[in-house]
Amino acid sequence: MYDVMVIGGGVIGGAVLRELSKYRLKVCLVEKESDVAMGASKANSGIVHAGFDAAEGSLKAKFNVSGNEMMEEYAEELGVRFSRIGSLVLAFSEEDERMLQTLRARGEKNGVKGLRVIGQSELREMEPNVSHAAVGALYAPTGGIVCPYELTIAAIGNAMDNGAELYTDFDVTEIERGNGAFTVFDAEGRALRAKLLINCAGLGAEKIARLCGDTSIHIGARRGEYILLDKESAGAARHTLFMTPTAKGKGILVSPTADGNILLGPTAEELREPSTDTTAEGLASVTEGAKRLCESVPLQSVITSFAGVRAYSDRHDFIIEESGSAAGVIHLAGIESPGLTSAPAIAKYTVENLVGKHFSLVGNENFSGRRAPDYFFKQLSVQEKNALIAQDPAYGKIVCRCEQITEGEIVRAVRENPPARNIDAVKRRTRAGMGRCQGGFCQPSVAEIIARETGIPLEQVTKSGKHSRLLAGRSK
Amino acid sequence: MKTNYDIVVIGGGPAGLAAAIAAYDGGAKDIVILEREAQTGGILNQCIHNGFGLTRFKESLSGPEYAARFQREAEARQIETLTETTVLSLTADRQVTAISPTRGIFTLQAKAVILAMGCRERSRGALNIAGSRPAGIYSAGTAQKYVNIKGYMPGKEVVILGSGDIGLIMARRMTLEGAKVHAVCEIMPYSSGLRRNIVQCLDDFGIPLYLNHTITKIEGKDRVTGVTVSEVDENKRPIPGTEMHFDCDTVLFSVGLIPENELTKQAGIPLSPGTRGAVVDQTRQTMAEGIFACGNVLQVHDLVDFVSEEAEIAGRAAADYVSAGAKERKTVDVVNGQNVSYALPQKLDKNTAGSVKMFFRVRRAMRDCTVEVKCGDVLIASRKRKVVTPGEMESVLLTEDKLAVVDGTLTLSVKEN
Repeated sequence: MYDVMVIGGGVIGGAVLRELSKYRLKVCLVEKESDVAMGASKANSGIVHAGFDAAEGSLKAKFNVSGNEMMEEYAEELGVRFSRIGSLVLAFSEEDERMLQTLRARGEKNGVKGLRVIGQSELREMEPNVSHAAVGALYAPTGGIVCPYELTIAAIGNAMDNGAELYTDFDVTEIERGNGAFTVFDAEGRALRAKLLINCAGLGAEKIARLCGDTSIHIGARRGEYILLDKESAGAARHTLFMTPTAKGKGILVSPTADGNILLGPTAEELREPSTDTTAEGLASVTEGAKRLCESVPLQSVITSFAGVRAYSDRHDFIIEESGSAAGVIHLAGIESPGLTSAPAIAKYTVENLVGKHFSLVGNENFSGRRAPDYFFKQLSVQEKNALIAQDPAYGKIVCRCEQITEGEIVRAVRENPPARNIDAVKRRTRAGMGRCQGGFCQPSVAEIIARETGIPLEQVTKSGKHSRLLAGRSK
Repeated sequence: MKTNYDIVVIGGGPAGLAAAIAAYDGGAKDIVILEREAQTGGILNQCIHNGFGLTRFKESLSGPEYAARFQREAEARQIETLTETTVLSLTADRQVTAISPTRGIFTLQAKAVILAMGCRERSRGALNIAGSRPAGIYSAGTAQKYVNIKGYMPGKEVVILGSGDIGLIMARRMTLEGAKVHAVCEIMPYSSGLRRNIVQCLDDFGIPLYLNHTITKIEGKDRVTGVTVSEVDENKRPIPGTEMHFDCDTVLFSVGLIPENELTKQAGIPLSPGTRGAVVDQTRQTMAEGIFACGNVLQVHDLVDFVSEEAEIAGRAAADYVSAGAKERKTVDVVNGQNVSYALPQKLDKNTAGSVKMFFRVRRAMRDCTVEVKCGDVLIASRKRKVVTPGEMESVLLTEDKLAVVDGTLTLSVKEN
């Protein structure tokens, strides 16, 4: 019997699980996919927003600004790269310039620090490749970038290191209530019991609420398509560049990523049936939008394109509350942008205020909030690397040549919490296969390492879990 | 541990092996080859089909057999080879930093460096093809590694995009292994592969080649379930209404090779936009003193025989450089004229004696044409050709006596008669 079960292993579920593990509680997280960070948390812009977009007094505004302030320490403890590179909202017309003033005023009311409207010459100095048509910008020095799946994986890994348990491929199909606890069943008949449920199921939050007898949550799906450029394009943008927002949303952005690539996107398309397919039209509108911000964006350096689906609620604000109709179920639903930024603040608020109503929170004296970065090897000095290679020669064997990832790092990703069990899971932890050849050279070697480390035949290794096997059997 | 060498060769594939052997025979004995895999031979090791060596050895060898001839020559000369050794960085003053399980990270100082890192395949990601991103999407070379080296089939129902040679070879290979290859789609109006491969790998097995066609959508959640293929117009845009659907579990991409010049860029060595390899003179010396380049890292070749030939030029020149030291270069440029996408070498050093074989590719296919190399109005070389295509590398010889009169930029062009 668990005290608390978190349903959904995205950036919100991960932050909540890690916050819970600070206390003397028996906690677990169930995730329907084969790895964590498989929904919106693996395919979004990775922006830590300053907090001038959300309406004053909204939950979005509140958690955005406090989440932004917490992010530095949160990411540092978890060994995740976070850079406060600043963001620029570009204006192309007088109307846009008026909007910048509105955004600045709103941001200041929300508590965002350092906002400044700048003119064309200062803009060009800060961002030399920016479009010549941009006449000014709103500069937000507190805007930043972080890798969203790295942050999720690290939070869940750290929670697990502190005793939390993870169940993957656990697709919740039924929730029963009785004797002061819930029994949660998955598609394969597994059952887990918990006293309190936290619904962080993203697109599935409406379904989870209904399984608990709560019909008040309504979730929609919005697809965003992205294009990623090679690291050789680094410098094409130094800040996160936004269009001036319109009624349709924030629009296409151009931004460096925490890993040094340049990211273009997203589109925003409401879907009846969630799909992460990219479309010719969507990708075309990404390039078009990016060229408006930055005429010289090096589109010949594309290494991949992808799409994510963001969940939003019909309330158009975050839902952060205990269910009115199903006591003991806490909904963290409709966490659309700026959800990534807000994650640490939402987690702290949820555990201290909502979970705190059900349990007296006693600190876990064994809790250690620090996690060694997944990229720790890259940070070592040559002497330290050589000492490690002498101990474990696998760290001297480069497997992914594009990102220079060693066998030692891949083995570590398979062994560490949360363990990587497929090619994409290794990729998200180590960046093997994330570079310009997109795994063409290293995938067979990564597959062999996974097979060897987990004791399965090579043909059972998958790309991303479930039925995504790489191979169709032996050759003749 | 020895840290100073006369010549460090980066890469132990066909280019690196041939260059090291030629350098040795040219008088340099203090040579080391750095190879990232557990054995030398490079991509030849997974090319188990035959057809290698027809030009050089006048016999048809498999990839490993072709490699073995050079491996034996290198062994006979006791050329030092460090395997499982990946080069991490290179500087213009020829410091090479590498990593290996046995040595850790170490730096070598070379008098001369030969770049022989080869090339990589363009991936699906670079093409912005719409649809899902399931398992079952491979570059042709990755599939070849799974089948020929690992002994596994990447899938059973296959559609191939791109008719480069590896794609054609894999169409046949997958068929022989019991898979069904439904189509090879090529966005261009011609194949970039060798004529003999189209006949022997597609025609002989009844595999259809759709020219002017591309994949416009990939379907499948966990594993590929199908693709949509469309005809394209002259601007390479899909023509609505021409869509065809194929059920398949595998998509292979053979859409071009890109020289792997990350180290070259790191050392600040200028690259040619046409070849995506270093700018070199006729000795294959780059614009950085004492750094030479050869094989597919310099320009993507059609045949390994030509890689070996080019590597020998670089190897001999590196040996000369080590024994004679740097000499002043006096270079003239070679520029692309009509219907030429690139010419190599891009520079001719007037202080280097001898005839020069220029290599080039055309932009579009032409029949009954003349290759001309001119310096101003002076004709330096010309050659008649029945047919030229972008898929096959061409050459023209500039003789020593003609080169003597060259005093400025050379223009290489191909004109219809």
